[in-house]
Amino acid sequence: MISLQHTNDRRSRWQKSLRHEAAVAAAVGRRAAVWLGLILALSTDLVGAAEFKIGYLRVPDVKKAVSPRDVPADDNGLAGAKLAIADNNTTGRFLDQRFSLQDVSLEEGQDAAAAAGLLRNSGISLVIADLPGDDLLKAADANRDILFFNAGALDDRLRGEDCRANVIHTAPTRSMFADALAQYLAWKKWRRWLLVAGSHERDRLFADALKRAAARFGAKVVQERTFEDAGGARRTDSGITQIQRRIPVFTQSAPEYDVLVAADESEVFAAYLPYHTWDARPVAGSAGLMPKSWDAAHEQWGASQLQSRFVAMFSRPMTERDWNAWAAARMIGEAAARGHGESLKAMIAFFKSPEFSLAGFKGQRLTLRDWNLQLRQPILLTDGRVVVSVSPQEGFLHQVSELDTLGYDRPETKCKLK
Amino acid sequence: MSMIAALRFLFGFALPFVGCVPANAYLAYISNEKSNTVSVIDTSTWQVTRTIKVGQRPRGIAVTRDQRYVLVAASDDDTIQMIDAKTHRVAGKLPSGPDPESFVQDPAGKILYVANENDNTVTIIDIETRTRLADVPVGVEPEGMAVSPDGAILVCTSETTSMAHFIDTVSRKILANVLIDARPRYAEFKPDGAELWVSSEVGGSISVIDPLKHDVTRKIRFEISGLRREAIQPVGIKFTADGKTGFVALGPANRIAVIDVGTHLVSKYLLVGHRVWHMAFTPDDRFLLSTNGLSNDVSVIDVASLKVIKTIQVGELPWGIAIARE
Repeated sequence: MISLQHTNDRRSRWQKSLRHEAAVAAAVGRRAAVWLGLILALSTDLVGAAEFKIGYLRVPDVKKAVSPRDVPADDNGLAGAKLAIADNNTTGRFLDQRFSLQDVSLEEGQDAAAAAGLLRNSGISLVIADLPGDDLLKAADANRDILFFNAGALDDRLRGEDCRANVIHTAPTRSMFADALAQYLAWKKWRRWLLVAGSHERDRLFADALKRAAARFGAKVVQERTFEDAGGARRTDSGITQIQRRIPVFTQSAPEYDVLVAADESEVFAAYLPYHTWDARPVAGSAGLMPKSWDAAHEQWGASQLQSRFVAMFSRPMTERDWNAWAAARMIGEAAARGHGESLKAMIAFFKSPEFSLAGFKGQRLTLRDWNLQLRQPILLTDGRVVVSVSPQEGFLHQVSELDTLGYDRPETKCKLK
Repeated sequence: MSMIAALRFLFGFALPFVGCVPANAYLAYISNEKSNTVSVIDTSTWQVTRTIKVGQRPRGIAVTRDQRYVLVAASDDDTIQMIDAKTHRVAGKLPSGPDPESFVQDPAGKILYVANENDNTVTIIDIETRTRLADVPVGVEPEGMAVSPDGAILVCTSETTSMAHFIDTVSRKILANVLIDARPRYAEFKPDGAELWVSSEVGGSISVIDPLKHDVTRKIRFEISGLRREAIQPVGIKFTADGKTGFVALGPANRIAVIDVGTHLVSKYLLVGHRVWHMAFTPDDRFLLSTNGLSNDVSVIDVASLKVIKTIQVGELPWGIAIARE
C-alpha cells in the first residue's frame, strides 16, 4: 500500500514535470525524458527489491445496460486489479517485493497486439487483459513472451480449440455459468425451460451453453425464441408502456414451462422479462437469477472483508469483472510470495502444480485446470439483491474436483496447449 | 438394533449424558455475529440463561484475567466492548482500530493485542487505563492472535498475506514473517511454548512452527472419508492443559479433529454442528465447547470420553466463545 502510493506520487510528479518541460520546448522535453529514464533506472537499482510490473490492457466497456444501475464504471475491472496490487504490496513489504500496475486503455481501432508489444518493450511480461476474444488471441500470438490473464472474455473456445499456453483465465466461461445455473434449476426441479435468446453472436453463444447445460443436467428446452434487437431507444419516455405491452405478447402461448431462461449478454431485453411474462414464471440467465463470478451482495467466507476494502478504496460496489482482475493480480502475488516469480516458466509451472491455491473468498481453494489454464471456481447465483445460491450444487459429484462439474471437463476439451 | 442403540436413537445426544456427574457451574459467553448478541450458557444446566445485546457484528470474545469483564469485538462498530461479568451490562469500551476481529491478552492480563481486520494493523491496548499504546503494521486481514506463555512473543496471522508475523512484545517490532498455507485463521502456542500451531483455512492444514527458529517443522493434514478435501477448513485450535492432546475445528467439515500432540497424528474426528470455528475449555478442563456458525448452536464435548454430549441452541451465526472461571 505504502510503496504503491509512493510510486504513484512519484510518477505523477514526473508526469507533471514532464508536461511542464514539454511546454517550454521540445528539446528540453527530450532532455527531461532522458533524465526521467535515468531516475527510473537508478531508483530500481537502489531499491534492490524484486519488482513485478503488471500491465492492464483493456477495451473500455460499452456504456449501455437495460438498467442504469448496471452501467459499468470507468474503472470496471481495473479497480479490482488495483486492490490486489495494494494487497500484494502489503505482503511484499515483508518479502522485499513490489508490485505496480500500468493501465492501457485501447481506443477504437487500436491494435491490441501492438499495445501489448509496447508494454513488453517497457519491461512488462505479465498482462491482465480485458479484451474481446479475437483481440486477446492476436495479442497473445504476437507476444509469446507475455503471460496474459484473461479477466474479461467468457468464450469457451479460448479454453478449447483456441486455447494458448500463455493465456490464463480467471474469468469463467459461458459453459461454467450455464452449468452452475442448470445445477440449481435441477435441484429446484424446474426442468422445463423456455429459452429466449438475443440476436447477437454472444447471446447465441450463451444460448448454446445453456442448451448444453440443459442436456447435461436433465432439463428440457420446451421452446426456443429469439428476441430480435431492432435497435432504437432503450429508455424513452414511452418505454415502460411499450415494454408492458410487448413482453407479455412476446412470451405468450408458450408450451408448459417452469422457468424462462434468457440469453442476453448484449443487454437488450432480459432485464425487462421479470414480472412481464405472459405466464407467472420465474426468470433466470441474463436476468432474474443470474450466474456470476462475483456480486456486491456476496458476504460469505470472509467476502465481506474484500467487499469493504474495495468500497473503502473506490466508493462503489465490486463487480464480477473487478473480481476477475483481482484474482489475476492476486495469482501473480501468490506466485511471487511463494518464490516462483523469477520467470514466466516457473510461474506457470507453479500455477499448474497442486501446490498452488488461491483464497478467493468463495468458500474453497481455487486451483487451475492444468489442461486449459482455466481457474476453477464456484459460481454465485444472484438476483442482484442477494446471493440466492452457490454452485456446484450438493450431489453433483466429480472424481477430481466438484468444481469440474462446471464447464467443459478434461475428457471433452479440445484444448491442446501450445 | 440393540436396546442401547434403540435408546440412543430415541434420545439422540441426551443419553450419554445421563450417567455423567453434573458439571461445575461456569458461565460460557458466545458471540453471535449476525444477531448482535452474546449468549450466556450456564454449564451446570447447559441452558442459555441470558442473552446480552452488544454492538454490531460481535466476533472475538474473551474474559479478562481478573474475571471482571467479558471483552467482545464489535467489528462493525470499530470498538471492543467491555461487558461487566457481574451485571452482564456493557460497561465500557476499549479503543481498537477499525474492524477489530480477534484479540489476545498478555499472561498478566494487562495488555490487549487486537487484530484490526480491515486496517492491516495490530493495536496494543492498556486494559486498565483503556488507552491505545501503539499500532504495529502487519499483512492483509490480520486475524489469528497468540502470545507465547512467557509473554515475550506475539504472533499475528494475516489471512490474505498468508503469514504468521512474530512480534517482539517489548520493542513491538516484527522479528520474523513465516509464510504458510493459504488463509491462516488461528494461532495457538502449546502450553509449554515449544510449538506454535497455525491453521490454514483454505490451505486445509495446520502448520507446526518452531517459535525460536521460525521454521515450519511439520504440516498436519486431514482426511475424512466421504468428504472432499475442499470441505476440510481448519480454524480454531485448543490444547489440553497437559499439552498432550490438540483439538482442531474443521469448519464446513462439521468435525473437530483430535490430535495426539506427540506424534502429530489425528486419533479421532468428532461430529459437531455445521461450520465449527472456535472452541473453549471449561476451567476444570472437563468439557470443550464449540461454536457451530451455520447450525446456530454450541456442541459440548466430554474431554475424557471424547464424546459429544450436548447441543445447545444460541443466536445467529455464533462466532467465538469464552468461559469465565467463576
